[in-house]
Amino acid sequence: MSNPSETGNAGTMGQALKEALFAGVIAFGMFLLFVGIETYQDINNALVWRTRWGLLAIFVIVAAVGRFVTVAFIKPHIDRRKLNKAKSGVLEISDKKSFFHKHFLKIALVLLLIYPFLSLMIVGKQGSLKYVDNFGIQILIYVMLAWGLNIVVGLAGLLDLGYVAFYAVGAYSYALLSSYFGFSFWLLLPMSGILAALWGIILGFPVLRLRGDYLAIVTLAFGEIIRLVLINWTDVTKGTFGISGIAKASFFGIWSFDTGATNNFVKAWGLSASSVYYKIFLFYIILALCMLTAYVTIRLRRMPIGRAWEALREDEIACRSLGINTVTTKLTAFAIGAMFGGFAGSFFATRQGFVSPESFVFLESAVILAIVVLGGMGSLTGIAIAAIVMVGGTEVLREMSFLKVVFGPDFTPELYRMLLFGLAMIIVMLFKPRGFVGSREPTAFLKERRAVSGSFTKEGHG
Amino acid sequence: MAGETLLKVQGVETYYGNIRALAGVDIEVHKGEIVSLIGANGAGKSTLMMTICGSPQARNGSIVFDGEDITQLPTHLIARRRIAQSPEGRRIFPRMTVYENLQMGAGLDNLKFFNEDIEKIFTLFPRLKERQSQRGGTLSGGEQQMLSIGRALMARPKLLLLDEPSLGLAPLIVKGIFEAIKKLNQEEGLTVFLVEQNAFAALKLSDRAYVMVNGKVTMSGSGRELLANPEVRAAYLEGGRH
Repeated sequence: MSNPSETGNAGTMGQALKEALFAGVIAFGMFLLFVGIETYQDINNALVWRTRWGLLAIFVIVAAVGRFVTVAFIKPHIDRRKLNKAKSGVLEISDKKSFFHKHFLKIALVLLLIYPFLSLMIVGKQGSLKYVDNFGIQILIYVMLAWGLNIVVGLAGLLDLGYVAFYAVGAYSYALLSSYFGFSFWLLLPMSGILAALWGIILGFPVLRLRGDYLAIVTLAFGEIIRLVLINWTDVTKGTFGISGIAKASFFGIWSFDTGATNNFVKAWGLSASSVYYKIFLFYIILALCMLTAYVTIRLRRMPIGRAWEALREDEIACRSLGINTVTTKLTAFAIGAMFGGFAGSFFATRQGFVSPESFVFLESAVILAIVVLGGMGSLTGIAIAAIVMVGGTEVLREMSFLKVVFGPDFTPELYRMLLFGLAMIIVMLFKPRGFVGSREPTAFLKERRAVSGSFTKEGHG
Repeated sequence: MAGETLLKVQGVETYYGNIRALAGVDIEVHKGEIVSLIGANGAGKSTLMMTICGSPQARNGSIVFDGEDITQLPTHLIARRRIAQSPEGRRIFPRMTVYENLQMGAGLDNLKFFNEDIEKIFTLFPRLKERQSQRGGTLSGGEQQMLSIGRALMARPKLLLLDEPSLGLAPLIVKGIFEAIKKLNQEEGLTVFLVEQNAFAALKLSDRAYVMVNGKVTMSGSGRELLANPEVRAAYLEGGRH
C-alpha cells in the first residue's frame, strides 16, 4: 500500500500513536454503556445486567488500530498521491473514459434484466428466492422510493422527512381496495399512485410558505399523522394487526399466481411448483416501475417544470422574479414525488401480502433520505448505488458469520445494522461530502458538451 | 426623450409586519428612460423594487404598469407582464450553467426567440459566451452580475429593474456594466429603473432620478440637476468619492 521508507518518519508515527490513543479513549467512552454493558432478563423476569469487557476491548482496539493505520499509512499515502498529481499537472477530469464507464448504464440494465435467470442458473430455485427477493426486489423498492424522494429533495430542494407517509398511502390503498372491493393489482397500481399524489398535494398546501428546517419538521409530523391514523382507525385498517392476505398480482389477468387458480402460471407452463416464479415476476414489475421513475425524472428535468424545480432549489426569489409560479412548482414536485412513493407502496403490499403500520415508521423515511443524500442529491446513478450499498449491505450483514471469529460467538451482526449504517454515512460524508455522484449534470448545451468538475462549484449563494 | 408613462407608482406604502418601510412613494418611469433611485442604506430603495414586483405587496397606493393596475398581482404574473428584475445580490442559480441560467430567464413563452436573444446577450457580454458551460457559482462577481442582467433581458422586458448592479464590484467592471445598460437603452430603447448606492455613476447614467430618505422620495430631477445639487452632493456624492 505505501512505501515504508517514506512513512518511517518518526513525527508521523508519534502523531499516529497519539491519535490512536485518543481514538481508543473516545471509543471506550462511546461504547462503554452501549457495548460494554448488556441487560437481560433472568429466570425471575427481573432485569439484570452483566458486563462484556472483552467485546468492549475489541471495539476499542479496532478503533485505535484503525486510527493508527489511517494516520500512519493511509493519509501520507493519499497526500503523496495528491502531491504527485498536482506536480504532474493531471487534473481529475479527463475527457477519455473507459468502455465500462461510457456504457455503464447499459451494462447495468442488461445485468438487471438477466439477474433472476443468472441466479436461477447459479444457485437454483431455492437459493434464488433469497437473491431475487431479499436482494433484488428489496433493493429495487428502495431505489424506486429514493428516486421518488429525489424529485422532492434532490430536484426541488424541499426537505421531506415524512416521505414514508406516501409509501403507506400507496400500500394501504392497494391493501384496502383490493380486500374490500377485489380490484386487481393493475387497476390499483395507478390508483394508489394517484391517491398518494393527492395526499402529496394535501401536504403541499400548508407547507408552501415553509423552507428548510421548518418544512422538515412539518413533513415529519405529517408522516407520523398518517401512521397514527393507520394505527387508530381500527374499523378500516385493523390497527396494529395490519391487513393480511392481500391479493397477489396477476400476469395482466392472463395467468394467476394463486396456487388454487385454474389459470395458474406454473400449471399453464408445466413448471414444477415453486414460489420463485412469482418472485421473478415481481422483480420485473419493480424493475419496470424503477425504469419508469427514472425515465420520467430524466424527461422532466429537461422540461420547463423540471428546470423550474431545480431553479427553485437554487433560489426561490430569483424564480419568482423570472415569472415562475412557485406554488404550482412546489405542488407538482410534492405530487409527482408522492406518486412514485404510492406506486412503490402498492407494489410493497402485493409483494408482502401483508401491511401493518410497523412498516411505515420514521426510520424508513430516514433511510430513504439517507440514500438520496449519500447518492448525491439529484443523481439517479448515485442514488441507485447508495441503495445497493445501504440496503444490500444490511442484507449482507446477515451473512457475515465470519465476524464471529473476531467478536466472539455471541456476536450477531444484524443487531449492529444501525451502528454500521451511521459509520458508513460518516465515512461517505467525510470523503465525498456531496454524495457518491456529487456533480450536477447540465441538461442544456449550446454547441458542445464540456465537463466542469463538481469540485469547482461553490455551494450556496452567488 | 420622455415618452408615455410606463410605470406609475402612486402613494405606495409597504409594511414589514408593523414596520412601515415605504411611506407613500410616488414615482414615474416613462418609456425609453433610464431612471435611477438613490438613497442611503435602509431608505427603502430595494423595498420599492420588491414592491413593484409584488413581494411584499403594497398595503396602500397603486402601481400601474402599461395602463394596468398590478398592485395586487402575484409576483410571477407581474413578471409575465414583462417586468424583469436583476435582484439585489444577483441571485443567479449557482449550480446551473450560464446557458441554463439564461434559459431560465427566457421563461415559458418566448423560447421561439431564444437563439436570437441569446446571441444578442452574448454580443453584449462576450464573457458570458466564453463561460456558457460553466456553472453560475464559479463566475466572478462581475460576470455573475452580467449573467443576472442577461437572464433578466432574456425575458424580453418592457421594463428592466436593476437592484444595485454595482454591489461589490470593482470600478472598472461597474463602468463596463453601466456602459452596457446605456447601450441597451440607446440602441433598443429599453426602459430601465435602477436602484443604486453608487450615486455618482447612477446619476451620470440616468435621464431622471429620485432621492429617497426614510421611505419617502425627497427630491427628484434630471440626473444632471441632482449631480449639481449641493444637498445631494453633500449627502451622497462627496463622501462616496473619497
